[in-house]
Amino acid sequence: MYENQIRPGAVTRRVVLEVGTAASAVLISGRSSSALAADVPNAPPPVPPVTVELLINGRKHSVSLDPRATLLDALREHLALTGTKKGCDHGQCGACTILLEGRRINSCLTLAVMHDGQAITTIEGLAAGTKLQPLQALFVAHDGFQCGYCTSGQICSATGMLSEHQAGMPSLVTADLAKPRPELTEAEIRERMSGNICRCGAYPNIVAAIKQAAEMPA
Amino acid sequence: MKEFTYARANSPAQAATIAAASGTKVIAGGTNLLDLMKLQIETPSQLVDINRLPLDKIEDTPDGGLRIGTLVRNSYLAADQRVRERYGVLSRALLSGASAQLRNKATTGGNLLQRTRCMYFYDTTKPCNKRTPGSGCAALAGFNRMNAILGGSDQCIAVHPSDMAVAMRVLDAKVETVDPAGANRVIPIADFYRLPGTTPQIETTLRAGEIITSVTLPPPPPGTQIYRKVRDRASYAFALVSVAAVVDAVGGRIRSARIAFGGLAPRPWRISGADEALSGVPVGAAGFDAAATAALDGARGYGGNDFKIPLARRTLHAVLTQVTRA
Repeated sequence: MYENQIRPGAVTRRVVLEVGTAASAVLISGRSSSALAADVPNAPPPVPPVTVELLINGRKHSVSLDPRATLLDALREHLALTGTKKGCDHGQCGACTILLEGRRINSCLTLAVMHDGQAITTIEGLAAGTKLQPLQALFVAHDGFQCGYCTSGQICSATGMLSEHQAGMPSLVTADLAKPRPELTEAEIRERMSGNICRCGAYPNIVAAIKQAAEMPA
Repeated sequence: MKEFTYARANSPAQAATIAAASGTKVIAGGTNLLDLMKLQIETPSQLVDINRLPLDKIEDTPDGGLRIGTLVRNSYLAADQRVRERYGVLSRALLSGASAQLRNKATTGGNLLQRTRCMYFYDTTKPCNKRTPGSGCAALAGFNRMNAILGGSDQCIAVHPSDMAVAMRVLDAKVETVDPAGANRVIPIADFYRLPGTTPQIETTLRAGEIITSVTLPPPPPGTQIYRKVRDRASYAFALVSVAAVVDAVGGRIRSARIAFGGLAPRPWRISGADEALSGVPVGAAGFDAAATAALDGARGYGGNDFKIPLARRTLHAVLTQVTRA
């Protein structure tokens, strides 16, 4: 039995938001791609949907989607996990950062179908119920955001970054590459987090939150 | 994004067979290909996914070098202890490219095959001979600050954007491939990239369907290794100029040196005359100047990128000064 995308009857914020616009949206663009293709003479037959099994935040999900669906769109549009944000959709801003098998990646630059059977952690999977994970609590304590749009990407990225550092991975500002685990200085944090843009400019507080998280006993 | 069918390869040769079909693209990390597909610069009708192939190992070779599987992610290659200790120039070049998230996804083979970031290649409303052969080159008289000063043609002045490839070039890496018949081939990286000439859309010497399986590094050359990248911001930006160098200097004299530039040309730029200009000469400005002159022979600016000529010269000076400091 799989945990399916939206449980029947469950009213989420997303469902409420969509109710107001659904009727008009269907009139404008509600036709399926197969209906469109059928209208065009000699068009190639539409590509059938593929079934993909994803282990998201510890739960199995089976989704049927167009092979073109990015992992980001699968999470947001098919599974209603809207904590992961779409910023640039081109791998430049980091708002869509998730953990794939524990490794941080941009979910906008990969296809869901490529990750059949793999484990994904999103921002929704970090907290234990209502108890924030230390890094999340420290972002609050240090005021590590303003508008908050980049924050889930920042926190997922920082989570991945701290495990990379634990595993001894170097960065460009690491002076001695042979040294197994360089000290996580502010310069190290900034370099390692350069794939996450914050247009509000909350960087000093983001760095402070991550630095304190890194100094906490594991 | 245009519609495509998706296939997952079971073996390298099978992937090559699928890839040989017209309209098919191989996908590994996908960080460049999917970006280009979203912009409809690449419009494959079929993707063959090679991510599940067992090509993700870094192995010692009998001669004391390394064999890097094509699917080794950039971050893992940079962090490998053998690479950090013996091929520091490669580790540094990788760490200076992209962001941590992209390096966690991008692969060794994919990094070599990434396309240019020339803004006219990306702008489908403008002519580009690389994207649409015969349409013209808008960069020649356009905003060409990031474009090539060496190796370009009157059809294309796009730059190869990789940092990793510049380090691979200075280390004399070899690209190993398989074709649809299952035959293997070894291509020295010096022969891997083609200059644009009149066919800028053909970027490498790979044949139809031929797939990279690994990259080998010979044993590290003697000397100190360095990678220096000059760019518009301190992190996560493409190079204006980069220099990869391996310099063996003792007692104020250079015994041997290798230098390669990134950010200047359609491929990593290495000129044997520049290496020779440094061989056996005393450490100092005269030798560094001679090397820069040899490396930049034939360089020309197109207006916006004129600055790259003095910048390349100065960056080389800075690198050689740093690496020969006792």
